[in-house]
Amino acid sequence: MVSETVELEGHIIDSLTLPKVLDEVMNYGGTFEILEVAIGHRREDPSRARIQISAPSQEGLDTILSRIRQLGAVPMLEEEAVLVPADRDGAFPENFYCTTNLQTFVRSRGQWLEVARPEMDCGISVDPDRREAATIPMHRVKKGDRIVVGHPGIKVIPLERSADRNVFEFMASSVSSEKPKGVVIKEIAAQIRAAKKSGNKVMVVAGPAVVHTGAGMHLERLIENGWVDILFAGNALAVHDIEQALYGTSLGVYLEKGIPAKEGHEHHLRAINTIRRAGSIRAAVERGILKSGIMAASVRKRIEVVLAGSIRDDGPLPEVMTDMVAAQDALRKLLPGVSVCVMIATMLHSIAAGNLLPASVKLVCVDINPAVVTKLTDRGSFQALGLVTDVEPFLRELCRNLTE
Amino acid sequence: MCPPDFYQIEYEINPWMNRRRPAETAAAMRQWQALYDLLTEKLGATVELLSPVRGLPDMVFTANAGLVAGDKFIRSNFRFPQRRRETPVFETWFRNRAYRIFPIPEDACFEGEGDALPLGKTLFAGYRMRSDIQSHRKIGEILGCEVLSLELVDPRFYHLDTCFCPLSDRAALYFPPAFDDYGRKVIAESVPEAVPVVQEDALRFACNAIVVGSDVVLHAGCESTNRELRRRGLKVHALDLSEFHRAGGSAKCLVLRLS
Repeated sequence: MVSETVELEGHIIDSLTLPKVLDEVMNYGGTFEILEVAIGHRREDPSRARIQISAPSQEGLDTILSRIRQLGAVPMLEEEAVLVPADRDGAFPENFYCTTNLQTFVRSRGQWLEVARPEMDCGISVDPDRREAATIPMHRVKKGDRIVVGHPGIKVIPLERSADRNVFEFMASSVSSEKPKGVVIKEIAAQIRAAKKSGNKVMVVAGPAVVHTGAGMHLERLIENGWVDILFAGNALAVHDIEQALYGTSLGVYLEKGIPAKEGHEHHLRAINTIRRAGSIRAAVERGILKSGIMAASVRKRIEVVLAGSIRDDGPLPEVMTDMVAAQDALRKLLPGVSVCVMIATMLHSIAAGNLLPASVKLVCVDINPAVVTKLTDRGSFQALGLVTDVEPFLRELCRNLTE
Repeated sequence: MCPPDFYQIEYEINPWMNRRRPAETAAAMRQWQALYDLLTEKLGATVELLSPVRGLPDMVFTANAGLVAGDKFIRSNFRFPQRRRETPVFETWFRNRAYRIFPIPEDACFEGEGDALPLGKTLFAGYRMRSDIQSHRKIGEILGCEVLSLELVDPRFYHLDTCFCPLSDRAALYFPPAFDDYGRKVIAESVPEAVPVVQEDALRFACNAIVVGSDVVLHAGCESTNRELRRRGLKVHALDLSEFHRAGGSAKCLVLRLS
């Protein structure tokens, strides 16, 4: 959606010019929001309206604007964004504009520039000469970067509500375990298919419960079948997946029998050690040490994997990044083109991914604990669709939908 | 009024004009003189004259010079360059008579009384074909009155005074198809007695009439409109103005009301 604010002034009520402008906007496929109307007190006093006009494309908007210009509705003189050069590395100037994860435009030299890579809780750097604007996280600021301060010259586009009711809209209302899962999973599968068909990327964020609940094989199958482009997880998912591949247990419990293995609690440490001795997960796969599981499938299918660790990690595995800022940047680099993100049974990594993704990405958050979905939306990823369920039946059903 | 010494069809800026059908100057002179005589001798009007200028054939249509209200002269911004050259001549005339000149911002076209007709305390103003609606706001400011904008949708009725004619403070002739739904609704709501004109008469410019008190001057042959006007107690004076019809004008276009 693109939009422009216009002003209409005169005897626009009795002349029916205002309703005519609004009708014309709709006739040409646009939408409007009346931001302000000031009605003249006496008959001879003019009235004034400020209207935001939106259309699906710039071309459509231009058509509307040229038509309603004939009716006297002229684009407002827009304020320019205020740019202040950063005075040091790694910090914004005071009063910097703090971003949302929505599509955003910055007014520079009389033009609206779309801000590249929408991401919440960042700043915006603008290069007026190259006509470029992009979000920039605090730690990436370099002295001299021109950073937007204050709110003038900023336009944030709310998420479009699609005309046809889809499951994302229907589910987004509230988090509940009492929703019909089958139909929702079918819809998620359709969204993933659509994303792949249009050349977009699908990202999966997964926690170790995927392995503990015996759902690892479903995720492995999804990866093998090409449905996943990016896997984002912590040390634990990889460790337990590899433990399962090497020992048949997860946290020392045989997944097939559901009973604890003798000395099973050591399995995950031995698994980590095996991989560390091999040098990396990739090396272990290439040398035939690691043959099955999510990680092995990821290496074979050459999908992008980012493993970001935490303070309680054992090992960690060699690929696990322990510099969190570097891990954020590594993930950021992969995000352009992602249009669907499925977050399964992990709170911290889900919130981390949610923070980095623009609101236009469809987020599906699956967890047995409703609080995870709530936390995600409370932190600004309001577009997330929450599904409260055990992850194994979810992944089994999703896998069935996508691979059969 | 401006005598038609140099009146001719020298360019085509409305659907009526056709250079292959030029005006007959002698006939045009006779028709114009008949109108002048009627206004001054029979109807008791005082008519001031403007000297015609060679090369400005449409200056005879003085209604488009601007809009006069008291000592204010709101100067036109013509849509077409062919007529823009008339502006300095009109302006000088009014300046020499101590009128206060009010220009309209250059980016908004406005063709004077051709597109601005008072009815009661309201000014009805046409736009899109020749005038821009942006000019209406400015005119409302200058005159301190309500301006009701009416979009014109038929190129044959390119000025408001070709399809709308106030007869009194309450009544007006109008040709409904020259307006869109919004315009017709505005007229219906703001003109207590809106009198529709049939197409046959509208095409003879029945609405391009001059109203002087209870006398109405219009082009000959508008029979049904004549009957309606007489029924309303008005006295109708039909004149042959066919030579001016060729340029898309009639009685009203040939005069600019000074008071």
